[in-house]
Amino acid sequence: MSVSTHEAAKPAKGLRIDFKTLGPLLALILLVILGYSLNPLFLGEGNITNILTRSAFIGIIAVGATFVITAGGIDLSVGSMAAFIAGVMIIVMNWAVDAMGASLWTVLFGIGCSLILGVGAGFINGFLTTKAKIEAFIVTLGTMGIYRSLVTYFADGGTLSLANGARDIYRPVYYDSFLRIPYPVWVFIFVAIIGWVLMNRTAFGRYCMAIGSNEHVARYSAIKVDRVKTATYILQGLCVSLATIIYVPRLGSASAATGVLWELEAIAAVIIGGTMLKGGFGRVGGTVIGALILTAIGNILNLTEIISNYLNGAVQGVIIVAAVYLQRGSLRAGRKKAAE
Amino acid sequence: MSDAQGSAEAAVLSAHRISKSFGEIPVLFSIDFDIKPGEVHAIIGENGAGKSTLIKILSGIESPTSGTIHYDGKAVTLPPNGEAEAMGIVLIHQELNLAEHLTVADSIFLGRELKKYGFLDLAEMRRRSAAVLDTLHVHVDPDARINELSVADKQMVEIAKAISRDARVLIMDEPTAVLSVGETETLFEQIRRLTARGVAVIFISHKLDEIMDLADRVTVLRDGQLIATVPTEAMTPDSIAQMMVGRELSNLYPPKHEPDVDAPIVLSVRGLQAPGVKDISFDLRRGEILGFAGLIGSGRTAVAEAVAGLNHKTAGEVSMNGKPANFSDVAKSVAAGLAYMTKDRKGRGLLLNMGLQPNLTLLTLKKHLKGGFLDQNSEAQALERAVRRFDIRARDASVRVGQLSGGNQQKLMLGKTMESEPDIIIMDEPTRGIDVGTKQQIYHIIAALAAEGKSIILISSEMQEVIGLSHRVLVMREGRLAGKLEGAEIVEAEIMRYAAGIKQGGDDERINA
Repeated sequence: MSVSTHEAAKPAKGLRIDFKTLGPLLALILLVILGYSLNPLFLGEGNITNILTRSAFIGIIAVGATFVITAGGIDLSVGSMAAFIAGVMIIVMNWAVDAMGASLWTVLFGIGCSLILGVGAGFINGFLTTKAKIEAFIVTLGTMGIYRSLVTYFADGGTLSLANGARDIYRPVYYDSFLRIPYPVWVFIFVAIIGWVLMNRTAFGRYCMAIGSNEHVARYSAIKVDRVKTATYILQGLCVSLATIIYVPRLGSASAATGVLWELEAIAAVIIGGTMLKGGFGRVGGTVIGALILTAIGNILNLTEIISNYLNGAVQGVIIVAAVYLQRGSLRAGRKKAAE
Repeated sequence: MSDAQGSAEAAVLSAHRISKSFGEIPVLFSIDFDIKPGEVHAIIGENGAGKSTLIKILSGIESPTSGTIHYDGKAVTLPPNGEAEAMGIVLIHQELNLAEHLTVADSIFLGRELKKYGFLDLAEMRRRSAAVLDTLHVHVDPDARINELSVADKQMVEIAKAISRDARVLIMDEPTAVLSVGETETLFEQIRRLTARGVAVIFISHKLDEIMDLADRVTVLRDGQLIATVPTEAMTPDSIAQMMVGRELSNLYPPKHEPDVDAPIVLSVRGLQAPGVKDISFDLRRGEILGFAGLIGSGRTAVAEAVAGLNHKTAGEVSMNGKPANFSDVAKSVAAGLAYMTKDRKGRGLLLNMGLQPNLTLLTLKKHLKGGFLDQNSEAQALERAVRRFDIRARDASVRVGQLSGGNQQKLMLGKTMESEPDIIIMDEPTRGIDVGTKQQIYHIIAALAAEGKSIILISSEMQEVIGLSHRVLVMREGRLAGKLEGAEIVEAEIMRYAAGIKQGGDDERINA
């Protein structure tokens, strides 16, 4: 059975792997065909732009979540973090408008605050998981509650609205396009490419997979496990911050209802894309497709009458469970092969 | 061919013309095998010979591609997923299959709990567990948690579990791989007690002396083929080894080249203290193989991990080439040219669900960066070099490391360690659970490394290995250095005396020498 082979060094791509990569893509194509056959408007330019723009928020956050999950962690706080960052951004921008009047600088100031908050919040999650050695699920469940509660407190139970002057300057970030592609989609594309390169072409990505696969092996292989894990949470915070930056100009407001359940949608996108929840195997490309699939489902339900729009969550739920079942199936096949 | 004497009427379990393929790859070719009540039947073969597959088929975990299995003379299809246990065929895995947080009694009755009025009858289960443990002369508290037990005791719990299920055929996959000499002796007594009661025992081992000691018959497999089934008394360890590898096994250990008398000291440890380590001092010279002998748990790994920066030391000084070398993490020790190769290749050494290439380069990934990005060509070249240098054999490039045989995993781990081009290599049990052919290869690699000026600390629980390779031997006992042996003093009896505490320390200045 052990055939001596020097070809072992040649990176031959197995058919099985290819199929696994293509799985989510095939699902998306099927969904597009389904959507088009139910309502040809689905493939109209306006609708495609709409789907892409809407999937940008979850997609950007999910790219960050891909790293956290691949390294064996989980971040439940992203939805609350987005609401918190949005709230603080609006507060500081309104303050700046009061103090100096609205200008481009107001918006840049708000964006700067958002980036700092995102990185800081990510660092706190990472620090507590690695240095205080508290499970990621518990740490981020805690910070999730804290951020959600803080934004409710800042808004005094109501809504924080961006001052009109700043809103006019900030508005194009969500509503305008470059080469007919809206800015949020550009940000999504940019984040996805950087994410893909980080995961597949840098030592950092390899370290994430190694840690998620077996933390002991990673430590014995001279990898600074705590540092890499913390970096994944910081990256996640940064992604949340970017998503928030393009989200705030959409409505110009933030409330306790902002970003509710985003963490679950982001995790769902990651899982549908083929990343394993227990870590060790991450696919940024799959995550992007996962985010598109989730948005497309909602969109199709909006465009057709067959299933009530209110069942959006149910359809998404079925898709998530089915995706994980299929992943398991291929895992089981792999294990059978391993048994010899 | 050798099945003729295996008279089918007496056999409790027998396999006829069993073949097995995984997809396209055949792993067993028409194997005949049988075992009688009260018999110990050993299966031996190099890694990848098909031993594990055979016992999985015999216990129903895998189904054969062709061939039949007879149980009590009747042709049967064994149920999958270990359900054959209910029929009296129990497989004890090498890794042991116990839930770490359950108690001993919970574990023994797992899956067939005793109930009273619909609730667990804890008292009765405890009482019966104690009774089973008692008949086995095992001194384990039924209320103890599994994770508090030693590996040897866990194994005893597995055996108790099997006995309490009225096992008639007990199949053990390398039960002694993780046991010390004393523990192995206890296990063998246990097995003899079971066979006296008519239980049939099949066991896999790489240790020829154990097989000679325990087995009535031995079946030799090579490359999925049945080579022979023979009574043990007709064999010698040498003749078995020859059947296994299919060639004359000479020079298991390469000749020793003593390092120069004036070879510089490359590693010096003084007064090292760490958890499980009490005041250890020693020197390692350039080109030297320094053996660390001792019982399992005597603190040898703890010394290595403290030196390599994997564990904190509480006191003591380490220096390399005269410069302080008190490493606080692995990255620093690797950068300084000291590499530690763990004994736990599955849990600490390799990423089993990944391919060969990412495993090989994980320790030294920085070497394969070009402009900040991974250069996969350079990684592929490294793998090609390592495959050639260490004779790593894989079915194809896409296999996960977990699918490789133990020997190939070990060689891959050696390759990974050597990627960091260390001057000092600490090898912890470098041949644990691998076949004699691969062992020989690894011995020659170790000797060659020393000959080219690398310095090696060899931690091993296999006495013969330490004796066959080391220039000097340190014996540890309960976290301390119990003795130091050199030249002609390096013999098994002497090491054993120190390891078991019959002989103490000797003169201190020699230990520190």
